Amino acid sequence: MRRIALVTLAGLLGLGLAACGSDSGSGTGTAAASSASTSPSISGDLTVLAAASLTESFTTLGQQFEAAHPGVTVTFGFAASSALVSQITSGAPADVFASASTKNMDTVVAAGAAADPTVFAENTMEIAVPPSNPGTVTGLDSLASSAVTTALCQPQVPCGAAAEKVFSNAGVTVKPVTLEPDVKSVLSKVQLGEVDAGVVYVTDVLAAGDKVVGVEIPADVNASTSYPIAALTRSSNAAAAAAFVDYVLSPAGATVLTAAGFQQP
Amino acid sequence: MTAPPVDRVPRRPPSSSTLSRRERERRATGGGARRSAPAALLVPAVVAIAFLVIPLAGLLLRAPWGDAWTILHGSQAGEALKLSLWTSTVATAISLVVGVPLAWLLARTEFPGLRLVRALVTLPLVLPPVVGGVALLLAFGRNGFLGQYLDQWFGITIPFSPAAVVMAETFVAMPFLVVTVEGALRSADRGFEEAAATLGAPRMVVFRRVTLPLVAPSLVAGAVLCWARALGEFGATITFAGSFPGRTQTMPIAVYYALETDPDAAILLSLVLLLVSVVVLVALRDRWLRGGAVG
Repeated sequence: MRRIALVTLAGLLGLGLAACGSDSGSGTGTAAASSASTSPSISGDLTVLAAASLTESFTTLGQQFEAAHPGVTVTFGFAASSALVSQITSGAPADVFASASTKNMDTVVAAGAAADPTVFAENTMEIAVPPSNPGTVTGLDSLASSAVTTALCQPQVPCGAAAEKVFSNAGVTVKPVTLEPDVKSVLSKVQLGEVDAGVVYVTDVLAAGDKVVGVEIPADVNASTSYPIAALTRSSNAAAAAAFVDYVLSPAGATVLTAAGFQQP
Repeated sequence: MTAPPVDRVPRRPPSSSTLSRRERERRATGGGARRSAPAALLVPAVVAIAFLVIPLAGLLLRAPWGDAWTILHGSQAGEALKLSLWTSTVATAISLVVGVPLAWLLARTEFPGLRLVRALVTLPLVLPPVVGGVALLLAFGRNGFLGQYLDQWFGITIPFSPAAVVMAETFVAMPFLVVTVEGALRSADRGFEEAAATLGAPRMVVFRRVTLPLVAPSLVAGAVLCWARALGEFGATITFAGSFPGRTQTMPIAVYYALETDPDAAILLSLVLLLVSVVVLVALRDRWLRGGAVG
């Protein structure tokens, strides 16, 4: 009896493994079918990896794109551009990459995972503080005070690199209490009131609504970052990937991005 | 992670000291000559071995051995390792001071809601650590329901400090110690304690002089397990304590970030943690590698 139970268990484990295998198998099957299809209409699944700061605008763009192309399902992976780069170069299955800095896109291009990226937006930095402004932050100089707790992005994340550039432009030294994995983590630490200030993108302050208050950084010391987008060479749905890139670059895409606070390149 | 199996038989049969380890193992596995395994069991077992060993081989194969010293020296590995070692040691110490009495309470007393208390305190064993981090933030954060008073009354803010690292690690790791020690207390021979009590020893003396020595092996195992879990803590730490080199960036967090900037450093940092884990396993070899007799 016990022996039978064990064999059954082993069989179930085997089934589990087989199921895992067939999962990825069906993925490539669909891919082969869609790329072999000669019909101009696009369909299938599309996976877009995008910088965390694009969360709101790309979600909107994805819904519009799906409405314009019935049969296409867009799935987003939002994270720090630097984290996405290591995912892509490690072979994560994805079709499009939108980065918050050209540097991270260059790494992907150098690895042969993408070609001919196009810059579709620019963004600048802003200080986000909780609505009550517990640290009475009035500008960049406030962040230099040791009494003000500040959250920044990791230096390899575009928002962290841009924040460093702002500080060096303004000649202030800021000692952050934490270096967060991506810009949305910085924003959530501000929203929770756990820090007095965070340096994020203008678009993040806008997207957070009344949960945070923005303190402007003067234009002459502000840093901007460019957002390039490219279809990935290993895409299993190249037609849909190209169509999505075109859509982001189209006037309709520009409208959504501008409404979210991005500038056109 | 469930409670370690509790051995009902006395841990060391009187004759065990006179038997060789091989002989003991032979008896433990049922005595008879080992028969060859049926293919239906052997094949999945080999798949399991391969699955568990191949990733470790990947680390060893890709390691940049030649530049190891310069990379480890150049990165923030030293700071992160130092922080990880001392915070997990403090977390283990705290767990011992409050976790052992808790294990005793759960094993040796009866009170209404005992089962609920046991469920609640072992919950972090199964709770995703990042959820623990969010919970800690909402309780002890600057706007947390306790943390706001710490801030207003004493000017203490816990998040983003090494204290937050210790708290996150203790939250996640202490249940491992509690569960291990509780299991040992339940299976320990009560006769000695009763004899000591009959001879007039106060209860605290019985606890210190009889109970604790009786469960000492499990206490050590539980403490090492707790320490290893604290050392590997990631989710609760990054959520509650954030990440800042030298202050709250522990080894696992350093590995995570190094993978984005300097994969070679990430591999080497992982190997350092692997080495520490191997040392822990060797330290516990009598308990884990012998098979079955975890207590």
